[in-house]
Amino acid sequence: MGKTPQKWPGVELSNDDLMNKKVTQTRYHPKAKFSWTAGEAISRFLNELKEGRLIGRECKHCRKILFPPRMFCEQCFKPTSKWVYIKDTGTIQTYSISYLDKDAKRITDPIYVGVVSIDGAAEKMGIMHYFGEVTKDTIHIGMKVKAKWKAPLERTGSILDIEYFRPLKEGEQ
Amino acid sequence: MKVGIIGIGIAGFRTTTPELSWKELTYEAAAKAYKDAGVDPRKDVKAFVTCAEDYWEGFGIFDEFTPDQIGGALRPVCTICGDGIHGLATGFMQIQTGLVDVVAVEAHSKISDLLTYEGVVQHALDPIWNKPLRGHPFYVAGLEMNAFLRASGNTEKHCAAVVEKNRNNAMRNGIAAYGANVDLNDILTSEKAFDPLKKLDISGLADGAVVLVLASDVAAKKLKRKPVWIRGVGWANDSPSLETREWETAKYAELAAQMAYRLAKVKNPAREIDFAEVDDKFSYKELQHLESLGLAKKGQAGKMTANGDTALDGKFPVNASGGSLGCGDVVEASGLHRVAEVALQLRGDSGKRQLDGVKVGIAQSWRGIPSTSGAVAIMGVNQ
Amino acid sequence: MRKVAVIGAGMTLFRRRLMETPKELCFEASRMALDSAGIEMKDVDAVISGSAPDGFDGVHMKGEYYSDGCGAYGKPYMRVFVGGGTGVFSAISGWYHIASGLADIALIVNEEKMSSCMPHPQSVFAYIWDPILDRPLKPNLVWIFAMEMNRYMTVHKIKKEDIALVAVKNKRNAVDHPCAQLADPNITVEDVLNSEVLAWPVQRLDISPPSDGAAALVMASEDAVKRLHVETPVWMKGVGWCIDSTMWTDRDLYFPEYVASAAKMAYKMAKIDNPRKQIDFAEPYDPFDYKELHHMEGLLLCKKGEAPILTREGVTQRDGDLPTCPSGGLLGVGNPIAATMGVKIGELYWQLSGQAGKRQIPHEIKTGVTNAWGDLMQYGAVAVMGV
Repeated sequence: MGKTPQKWPGVELSNDDLMNKKVTQTRYHPKAKFSWTAGEAISRFLNELKEGRLIGRECKHCRKILFPPRMFCEQCFKPTSKWVYIKDTGTIQTYSISYLDKDAKRITDPIYVGVVSIDGAAEKMGIMHYFGEVTKDTIHIGMKVKAKWKAPLERTGSILDIEYFRPLKEGEQ
Repeated sequence: MKVGIIGIGIAGFRTTTPELSWKELTYEAAAKAYKDAGVDPRKDVKAFVTCAEDYWEGFGIFDEFTPDQIGGALRPVCTICGDGIHGLATGFMQIQTGLVDVVAVEAHSKISDLLTYEGVVQHALDPIWNKPLRGHPFYVAGLEMNAFLRASGNTEKHCAAVVEKNRNNAMRNGIAAYGANVDLNDILTSEKAFDPLKKLDISGLADGAVVLVLASDVAAKKLKRKPVWIRGVGWANDSPSLETREWETAKYAELAAQMAYRLAKVKNPAREIDFAEVDDKFSYKELQHLESLGLAKKGQAGKMTANGDTALDGKFPVNASGGSLGCGDVVEASGLHRVAEVALQLRGDSGKRQLDGVKVGIAQSWRGIPSTSGAVAIMGVNQ
Repeated sequence: MRKVAVIGAGMTLFRRRLMETPKELCFEASRMALDSAGIEMKDVDAVISGSAPDGFDGVHMKGEYYSDGCGAYGKPYMRVFVGGGTGVFSAISGWYHIASGLADIALIVNEEKMSSCMPHPQSVFAYIWDPILDRPLKPNLVWIFAMEMNRYMTVHKIKKEDIALVAVKNKRNAVDHPCAQLADPNITVEDVLNSEVLAWPVQRLDISPPSDGAAALVMASEDAVKRLHVETPVWMKGVGWCIDSTMWTDRDLYFPEYVASAAKMAYKMAKIDNPRKQIDFAEPYDPFDYKELHHMEGLLLCKKGEAPILTREGVTQRDGDLPTCPSGGLLGVGNPIAATMGVKIGELYWQLSGQAGKRQIPHEIKTGVTNAWGDLMQYGAVAVMGV
């Protein structure tokens, strides 16, 4: 003991070894299906999205409008007290221009995505969403944006009922 | 220093909780526990422990979703992949270091959100040796029941007596999901599931959440709470392989108990302990665990049950709560529920199922098929 | 408080794909750690394991599955899992097993086999997001880093060139690490800036790719250290851990509040009130180059926004005043999530006990700090170690 180690175990394999079955392997696809209960707060949130509205919950204690809504305030650890509608405009807090899809495959048309804080909710509270009608030169942190909603009949009660957030036009609210 | 339980909160158990998300369900149990302990989790609780497995929840890293509902946002929280009693041991150790003096331990089940329970349990089997055999993984329990009964001399009828006792006990327990006045005949004639296991030998699944607040003796005094003392904890693993493990005895329970008895300075468990809450996910497990814990002599657990020794009014009540058979299998929360029950009994808070004059109780858990992992906690009214 | 020391360590190579099974990876690292400490499995009182998503290895409750590879047969065994924080948190778990008095000697084994996940381990990262709020957007893991990196860069007006310096430093440092997957003695800032844009501002050479690997530590109480006549015990001086709220879209990502919280907890225990002066070297978690800077600030080793300046001035080089990631970090050695313990706690141990070979910091060092980070930009696990 107390000696600088000299040998480091591990045998490296290549992608070819695995793909062309040069090493013994076994394959399995698990049966793992879930249906997550949205619960009280998020169910209302989703139903409101279907109606083209964003809703938050107020915590009486810290007086914050929490968004996404929750039935308890995690900072005060108390139940929240009432539903409050908030606007569908906001500010870009951060963003990324992605050339990768969810399986890490390359795409040529980038996806603009980021965090948008929503007007009417407590400071900096918001959601992750896509940004549209922007270019890599126009998008910036601090940009004012507004939700572009899908047509009412296309909405299903999902965050995708908003297609993306787009730059706020002059005079718009 | 000593560590005790000063707060208990239970939400559920129900076969399904369609109106609550797992966060909301856990918040309910946590709020109850903190009220019971007289603590503000945002100030008084110094660390939090969650017991969870990704595949029960359907998330890649369940730890992310743990803090808010227990008051742990921006606080020391950790997730252990273990049963509730492993979590209790973790909280116990964290306090014993002297670094923190009040710790909350949480475990929950939202198993109704999992649509393919069988698929996930099967996913725990060895990918090379066992998965290719396919079949519902509970065949492992059937094999073990077979080996255990043959080696110990206990019978299927004894196992049925366990089911009868526990499900009837559960009818006195407000949080139980499976209380029923089944009798021996109902159980013995229920359809074969994984022979010799019959359908009614197997616990049904349930949703629920349990939160406990642990405190050092000094902290408990400051909070003016009379704790239920944790006199000893122990946990252990046997071989995970089906091919090289003990089939006849619950080796993990034996080893875990040895460690817990040592810490609790218990030399003769059957005499020094007044009652027990042991894992009974499958009926035969209650008998196997009692014998492996040294609470029943080898081959005698069945007779003890048939004699009524383990009934509510018996010499050594076992699973007064109704166990998993009566309350429901709440996966990793099962062990924490057992600890909660022992604590409630020691406090005199067990309502219609209150045991008389109990002073020392033991709670034991098992992590279910296909694991050979379990933990033990011994609690008492005195240090 | 009972004193706890690391008395041995081991790790396997970190590679994109290793032949060894999860059990074998655990065994190799454990065996090496036991040999390094001069003890056998029978001397070990408790085994702790850390490993990240079960989805990688493809086994539910994988901690149970590979427990025999960790030597947990017949022993008290616990698995901890705090996302990417596991690399340091398992060591913290080892610490409280012993500091509580429940164990005298503990073996901590961290394993990660990402390569078994097909088509790509990235797929598992689809499941770390909230199923209702995030997943419908089909997010890629790189997005989270990109969003955090952008916020950090924008608030402090940091240029990509300065961030790239970290990747260059670490990948070059890694040349001296025998287990390194991504060492490159010739990499330059230009190489990083010219590499493929994955999710702007993140480019390919800003990140560490998936890896297979395992690492293990042996920890002992003060009594055991005396009993075993350990020549170079490295003491756990301070530990801290902290998780931030799940609601990451409600937080400002420019500063890791949770790392600072965990660091304060660790520094308090270690009686450190001036980290920049009292800490001699650091191994902050660096899965991405900007994270080293983000974490240096979170570890209170410099003011907010100051980390890039220290890097530019060479302070964080191996022969600088505050060597940072002398191991080569995750950027250079590899990122098998929980097994990164070998490059963080392991590196602190090897440096402080004089066993770091070619990576040995050329001046006297007494105290080091490390952190591991994970979840949805949430987890901080910090350890201060010293001689």
